[in-house]
Amino acid sequence: MNLILLILAGIFVNNYVLSQFLGICPFLGVSRKVETAAGMGMAVIFVMSLAAAVAWLVYALILVPLHITYLYNIAFILVIASLVQFVEMFLKKAAPALYQALGVFLPLITTNCAVLGVAVLNMQKGYNFIEAVLNGFGGATGFALAIVLFAGIRERIADNDTPKAFDGFPLALLTAGLMSIAFLGFSGLIKL
Amino acid sequence: MDIYNIINPILSIGGLGVVFGAGLGIAGEVFKVEEDPKIGEILEVLPGANCGGCGFPGCGGLAAAIASGNAPVNGCPVGGAAVAEKVGAIMGIEASASEPVAAFVKCGGTCEKAKEKYEYFGIDDCNMAVQLAGGGGKSCSYGCLGLGSCVKACAFDAIHIVDGIAVVDKDKCVACGKCVDACPKHLIELLPSKKKVKVQCSSKDIGKNVMQVCSVGCIACKICEKNCPFDAIHVIDNLAVIDYDKCKSCGICANKCPKNVITGKRPTPPAQAAPKAEAPKAEAPKAEAPAKEEAKSE
Repeated sequence: MNLILLILAGIFVNNYVLSQFLGICPFLGVSRKVETAAGMGMAVIFVMSLAAAVAWLVYALILVPLHITYLYNIAFILVIASLVQFVEMFLKKAAPALYQALGVFLPLITTNCAVLGVAVLNMQKGYNFIEAVLNGFGGATGFALAIVLFAGIRERIADNDTPKAFDGFPLALLTAGLMSIAFLGFSGLIKL
Repeated sequence: MDIYNIINPILSIGGLGVVFGAGLGIAGEVFKVEEDPKIGEILEVLPGANCGGCGFPGCGGLAAAIASGNAPVNGCPVGGAAVAEKVGAIMGIEASASEPVAAFVKCGGTCEKAKEKYEYFGIDDCNMAVQLAGGGGKSCSYGCLGLGSCVKACAFDAIHIVDGIAVVDKDKCVACGKCVDACPKHLIELLPSKKKVKVQCSSKDIGKNVMQVCSVGCIACKICEKNCPFDAIHVIDNLAVIDYDKCKSCGICANKCPKNVITGKRPTPPAQAAPKAEAPKAEAPKAEAPAKEEAKSE
């Protein structure tokens, strides 16, 4: 039960984008169309779950025994960067269809700080392996949900006449702010 | 101070780096995907605009399709003959030059010439307006709404709303076909850019109804059909349609059209304007004579 709550908390209550303000760069960058936003969301779900698992393993099996946990940032960045590269190569060979679908978003995830955020938060909260992976999955699903909703709203806005001064990013930022306020309604729903 | 405090981090993080690096190196070999070297070469010569005009997802998609033989070497409508030749050289095939085409908006109903049913204040998008009663604000249900869905679709800044209708800038148009898909009224067509005569109307209404809503609409009078020396223009479903395989761009139909629906008018008489008249031009005055008689008899 707790594990399901953990996923739900990752999606709604502790939404990485709208509550914790991580991963804003791809959130604003690839949210012009619902289609691309969904692609990015899928890629993030895939990589973030994997990254959470591998980062947890590196932390528990290498950093803790050697008493060098203060190096976690460097270690996690190393893990995520090479993991993304590896996943890209693997998919290209093993699942070309999926590789085509995720396309350019896969390498872009290297720069998504939400992925690093998940690894760091898992460590700080002392989650065990399963909790860590589920937290990564839930958080990434939350990211995908947020970016798809956001892209839907931006598509609608793009069809309308907007004041020149607000065109483009100003409106996107306002929209993101309003969405964030809306997601504030979930806070306190699940306490972990 | 424990020497291991220094050695451990160096070895472990350095070790991780080496392991991951080596892992990626091995993975790169193991998961190597055999790619046709031609794909890269073709991609080099393609324009790289990723407009999707060829029907493939971007230039990369077309390059892969050409290399595997699923697309012709002249598959890129943007690059035209020049690119087709280069791609053909890579593939070892003679490129058959495709005739250059450009988008053309088949409506001339500008603000003064066509009437409005009502003033439209909705979302600035043809696809939205067309869902309303009567298919948008224009009195002519076939006409250009002028809300610019095609303008938004164009990646090359080649189509603009001028005086209430979409107008294509021929010099900028690369014939990618995006606007053709974007227009909910299906007004835009890719037509041979060398041909001067084009019917600038899409109305299939009968002549009387067309006259009520637009001063430059095709009224299906068939004067063009009767005057064409090449049997290249016909009125089908109350609308003049040009067969570009037969059309020689003589411009007779444009000069004869009582509603000025057909573009490509020539200064009359053609023989005086161009003393060294070519064959089709020379035929023009001859064809005019019987046409006048016919018009009178009608």
